[in-house]
Amino acid sequence: MVLPVGRHALLVELPTAEAAEAFHAELLRRSADGSLTERAGGVREIVPGARTVLLDGLPEPHRLAGELARWRIPPLSRGSGPAIELPVRYDGPDLADVAARWGVTPQEAARLHAATEFRVAFCGFAPGFGYLTGLPEEYAVPRRSDPRTRVPAGSVGLAGAYTGVYPRSSPGGWQLIGTVVRTALWDPQREPAALLTPGTRVRFMPEPARAGEAGEAEEPEDQEQPAGSDGPRGPGGAAEPAPSGDEP
Amino acid sequence: MTAPEGGAAAGSAGEGAVLEVVRAGALTTVQDLGRHGHAHLGVPRSGALDEPAHRLANRLLGNPQTAATLETTVNGCALRVSSRTVAVVTGAACPVTMDGRPAPWGVPFRVPAGAVLEAGAATYGLRSYLGFAGGVAVDPVLGSRATDLLSGLGPPPLRDGDLLHLGARTARAAASVEHSADSDSAAGPYAAGGAYAGNGATPAPADAAPWAGPPGELLLPVVFGPRADWFTARGRRTLLTGAYRVSPDSNRIGLRLEGPEPERAHEGELPSEGMVLGAVQVPPEGRPVVFLADHPVTGGYPVIGVVPEPHLAAAAQAPPGTPVRFAPSS
Repeated sequence: MVLPVGRHALLVELPTAEAAEAFHAELLRRSADGSLTERAGGVREIVPGARTVLLDGLPEPHRLAGELARWRIPPLSRGSGPAIELPVRYDGPDLADVAARWGVTPQEAARLHAATEFRVAFCGFAPGFGYLTGLPEEYAVPRRSDPRTRVPAGSVGLAGAYTGVYPRSSPGGWQLIGTVVRTALWDPQREPAALLTPGTRVRFMPEPARAGEAGEAEEPEDQEQPAGSDGPRGPGGAAEPAPSGDEP
Repeated sequence: MTAPEGGAAAGSAGEGAVLEVVRAGALTTVQDLGRHGHAHLGVPRSGALDEPAHRLANRLLGNPQTAATLETTVNGCALRVSSRTVAVVTGAACPVTMDGRPAPWGVPFRVPAGAVLEAGAATYGLRSYLGFAGGVAVDPVLGSRATDLLSGLGPPPLRDGDLLHLGARTARAAASVEHSADSDSAAGPYAAGGAYAGNGATPAPADAAPWAGPPGELLLPVVFGPRADWFTARGRRTLLTGAYRVSPDSNRIGLRLEGPEPERAHEGELPSEGMVLGAVQVPPEGRPVVFLADHPVTGGYPVIGVVPEPHLAAAAQAPPGTPVRFAPSS
């Protein structure tokens, strides 16, 4: 279904998360070969969501609207798209709780998570925060009822069937099962700035626990924080996050 | 904020002017046209909330359109200029002074070395724009110098004592130094004499900027969708007939409104989906929020409609308490 959004955007709604990822992949293909821009007269942003893709900055959205509904979308092939590996320590404070919900030991929970091939479905919440799909629905877990005021950068969290990695320290309510090490998820000086871009395949590679280091997980590479990242000061600034309904 | 490295290195004529923040004001940020093309990475677009006022400042100075200005909030700011330059104040009307003497608003004027330029409290509107020949030269992040208050990208809001470099002037901006109004001349034209002389095709001079200012009531056209069907017919009518007011909780992320709650057709949240500038999102407590430049790129609360972009500048200048009405648009 293609929903108009204002005067210059379209929201394409798909029946499933998988169909949305396949549609997004097709958009990227058509964007790369120039045919999308040609048909649309220009596209400024292609923003995937959980079951949608937003096309923003279209000069004449109605031109594209009818056509999009007729596209034949090839199914997503699991082996396609760029792939990255993230070194991880399964040392999160909620690992035992998550394992208990799954009915397995913490070690098995870690093994299970590391054996999963994830895919970045979409980004949001913060620059470089990707919502990773791949865990079966039966492993879905609720958010914490008492969100943490500070989740360290690199923390690997679960909510619903999504996995996410906090690109920098922030408040958060996801269940933390581990820590990505030696890897900056977000670095504005790097191209691309975000390691997890929609469509990227992701594997978590467990780090062997090293002797003498247990319990004092090496500080994840807390990338240089912009001095203003703790939020604005003074009236007129955003003292609290905007309502958006998807804060991790 | 420390001086950006490299800012003073080039050292061509007229470059290297430094602004020292004498009074940062309630919230003063560096703004430009924003960070486009990164929404899929979770990066808000950011940029000047009153984009026409920001663009006008650059145009009056002969700056490229990518130059950054300073966006004030409510009570302006004061800056000491290290070497002579040309400045202009646009956006919310406010008293402008230089070393305590009146200077023009909406007209570029020369600022001598060491002078303190002050934009006072807005007499009309909320956000004034201080532009300087060459623009504010903080290091860009993802192609933009804008301060994004949602995600913390770009320079932090100004603090007293901060130093900001100005960029290299273009030939046109340099010319404006020579032909701008003196501080004590309220409206001396700068373009007529020589800035564009010699080519026989002199553009219309743009010395002074008419600015209607925000009306007593903010009328926002709204295009229904994409989630208007999450509200009952009565709920949609409520949005169009309700007497809303601008909430003091409004900020660069959104214009928050006080007023009647549009009745929902079903409860719950949507799976996260992309959000556009101007989206009118209705969170569970029922008070609509109109998304402004620093809005989150995805969200799960239903968007009942979208206010087209050209109407958001007026929204950004509407002080708390301003009455707001929505009108159907297509």
